[in-house]
Amino acid sequence: MSLDPSSAQATRYGSNAGQPLTRRDGLLKVTGRATYAADNHPEGMLYAVTAVSKIARGRVTSLDVAAAKAYPGVVEVLTPQNRPPLAHDPDEKLPPFGFRIEVLQDETVRYANQPIALVVAETLEAATEGAALLNPQYEIRKPRTGLDDGMRFDPPAVGVGSPPRAEHGDIEAGLAAAAQVVEADYETPAQYHNAMEPHAVVAEWDGDRLMLDMPNQALVISSASYATYFGIRPENVVIRSPFLGGGFGSKAILNGPQMLAIMAARMLKRPVKLALSRSQMYGPVGHRGNTWQKLRIGLDRDGHLTALHHKSISATSSFDDFLEPAANASTHLYASPALLSEHEGIRLDVGTPGPMRAPGEASGSAALEVAIDEAAEACGMDPLDFRLKNYAETEPGTGRPFSSKALRECYMEGAKRLGWAGRPLAARQMRDENGFLVGWGMGTALFPCPQFAAEARATLRADGSALVETAGVDMGQGAWTALAQIAAEALGLDPDQVEFRSGVSTLPDGGIAGGSGHTASAGLALHNAGKDIIKKLAELATKDSASPLFGAGNVGVDARGGRLYRRDDDSRSESYAEILARAGGQEIIGSGQSTREPDHSETHAMFSHGAVFAEVKVDPDLGQVRVSRLVGAFAAGRIINPRLVRSQYFGGMIWGASFALHEEAVIDHRTGRVMNADLAEYHVPVNADIPSLEAILIPEDDPFVNALGVKGVGEIGITGTVGAIANAVWHATGVRARKFPIRIESLVI
Amino acid sequence: MTLSISLTINGQPKTIALDDPRVTLLDLLRERLYLTGTKKGCDRGQCGACTVLVDGRRMNSCLSLAVSLNGTEVTTIEGLAEGDDLHPVQAAFIECDGFQCGYCTPGQIMSAVGLISEGHAGDDPERVRELMSGNLCRCGAYQGITEAVLEAQRTLKEQKERDAA
Repeated sequence: MSLDPSSAQATRYGSNAGQPLTRRDGLLKVTGRATYAADNHPEGMLYAVTAVSKIARGRVTSLDVAAAKAYPGVVEVLTPQNRPPLAHDPDEKLPPFGFRIEVLQDETVRYANQPIALVVAETLEAATEGAALLNPQYEIRKPRTGLDDGMRFDPPAVGVGSPPRAEHGDIEAGLAAAAQVVEADYETPAQYHNAMEPHAVVAEWDGDRLMLDMPNQALVISSASYATYFGIRPENVVIRSPFLGGGFGSKAILNGPQMLAIMAARMLKRPVKLALSRSQMYGPVGHRGNTWQKLRIGLDRDGHLTALHHKSISATSSFDDFLEPAANASTHLYASPALLSEHEGIRLDVGTPGPMRAPGEASGSAALEVAIDEAAEACGMDPLDFRLKNYAETEPGTGRPFSSKALRECYMEGAKRLGWAGRPLAARQMRDENGFLVGWGMGTALFPCPQFAAEARATLRADGSALVETAGVDMGQGAWTALAQIAAEALGLDPDQVEFRSGVSTLPDGGIAGGSGHTASAGLALHNAGKDIIKKLAELATKDSASPLFGAGNVGVDARGGRLYRRDDDSRSESYAEILARAGGQEIIGSGQSTREPDHSETHAMFSHGAVFAEVKVDPDLGQVRVSRLVGAFAAGRIINPRLVRSQYFGGMIWGASFALHEEAVIDHRTGRVMNADLAEYHVPVNADIPSLEAILIPEDDPFVNALGVKGVGEIGITGTVGAIANAVWHATGVRARKFPIRIESLVI
Repeated sequence: MTLSISLTINGQPKTIALDDPRVTLLDLLRERLYLTGTKKGCDRGQCGACTVLVDGRRMNSCLSLAVSLNGTEVTTIEGLAEGDDLHPVQAAFIECDGFQCGYCTPGQIMSAVGLISEGHAGDDPERVRELMSGNLCRCGAYQGITEAVLEAQRTLKEQKERDAA
């Protein structure tokens, strides 16, 4: 394992956090014993398969329900005619993160792959055959799936409740004062999360109690929503989600197919399992919407920005309002006296987009970082020098200080590792030994640091070991491991002495696993629960005349290795078990919450930063692009587990490479269908596409972001990487590709 | 209609009365034998999550009808470790952090075991990347996967040399 020893050892905090532990769930995952939702088989379970629309707009005029029901093994077919009612109108969005839910309200078809019926049968094979026998007939209307035929509108919000417009200074004055203005249009495609685990649910009812095995990124919020839709008490819904086979935002929000399976289970009084097919994931479970972006950058004679204007036309569905907040990527990064970010919406006959890993930041950064490179080129400057010249020492627009910002160090370390110094300024100057064109490019990475509400409970047992609990989510980021490390550190225990329970909605609310904020949020709640225990334990000991810590209340005690130590005298200590034994063998229960100091939120701007450097090789005759090196340097506050954090950065950088060169859902505008709705034609990187990656962990101490000093690492790796690769392609070829993914046809002239 | 087939699964001989000729090996393992370690990612042979060994060869179990495999020997992820002793590939995946969400992992590991035993991997990372490219990982754990395959290859080679000595 090529762990960078310098970062692993230099960033050592206490006995537990900061260490590169392997994953707690590693053994289960390599032996096939980790249980994902679709692995469950309750007694008497039925299989459900959704039938989906082959058209993108119109109505279903008939379904051959009789043929499906006549098929041996088919138990029931749910259609708009017979589907059971819900206690809450699925057209009415539930806060927070509520979307309109697609559950056979009517015969209207609003996008291709919309569920139009649900077939339930004794076996998967029979349900699949039943769905195929429905033979839907349609009244077809012309779908609107392109920029030219969608309905434009001014959105009241973008992303999850973000303002659609941000303005600082006078943008037109800034542009008028510029010595030159760089202006360009960029286009990003629809992308689909394609988590390896398809959306699945096993639903089982017991009276008005509902048990759900499903991958879910927001356990407690989701269980409350299901309770509302089914008219039962929130505590009657249990969601078990011990492992998610990837989420990337697509499993944070309720969706129609899973809801239908739950409705069927209630109707038929038997457990029901539904797992979407791969192609069925291209529609009802979210995606990253298309964007058409324009940037205008005003520049003075020295290469300073005088104005930065970023506009995005972001696509959404005809019936809901999630818009990729792409232009917001430009509001916090480069110093400019005038800034304007704005959005326009466009309604298309597609499934509703949703948050997909770095929603807005990824697509916005892709355009911004290429535009910044174009600006550097226009000024005749090296792209790194240009970025340093326009480095924001305080938050652009507001002037607030950053809670921490080691971006300069990221630039320097990343550049050094790639060997940036001596890079030819002009394009098309480098070739490798095989005659391939070689180019180097860079991009800046940036991601916000949200702090979500979360709660945790800790129990110190009589034997001195502990149980910690929070309804958190591990979708691969390593939460179980990192969160247990945080809890263990707060408790002054070895991680092996801490039993960690999570992944069930009945535990204290661990918040949402999204926005790169889960470790900070659930982690802070666990930290505070652990500290609560230590405080109570210290009170017991220091007030107990039989304890060697008696009377230490004023100087205080330290907790480590399962013992409390008098802070001014290490020779006076006592184990947790001894303290508890004298107190009658009782347990101590502590609780903790995640909160950010409100003052700090107002006084400081909080972001993770990074710099990504790419080398590409381009075949001069065929235009084929290969990424040959990718170096990312990131500063994200305190690092709890460098092994897992490095993997998060790698994953993000690979998503960046995918955005730049691979993935795109291609719509046939005649039918409105995604033509490449499978994993052979929708390209995501395979192992051979990914060169050796390097992720450099830049130390950063942040006293404001939260008591842990933890920012977030899950999404920042995409930002910066897309631009770095696109800019390297320019450096290799001299061609500015402004449409993603960059394809051969953009490069071969 | 039932069809009877005999399979040896993870060393255990089994006679199976198949209720439907359309049942794939993957759905047989997962839905009828409850060996759920093998995962369904695409059901079309495009992602590799369902990779198992059939008579020692790597196979996408979603593309194989169970009824066509009468008399074969099937090894799944559940059959790799011997008790608590992990197969060197499994141990290397943990050590090299060759996974995140874990969903593609059984398929990655079975592919790695197959290609190492076939002698294809060598110690060339480029070749390992190419040969492991039938197994998609959306989390992007490729660096760790490649390192794990190389490390397991070294371990197995040393074991073999020790055994021969």
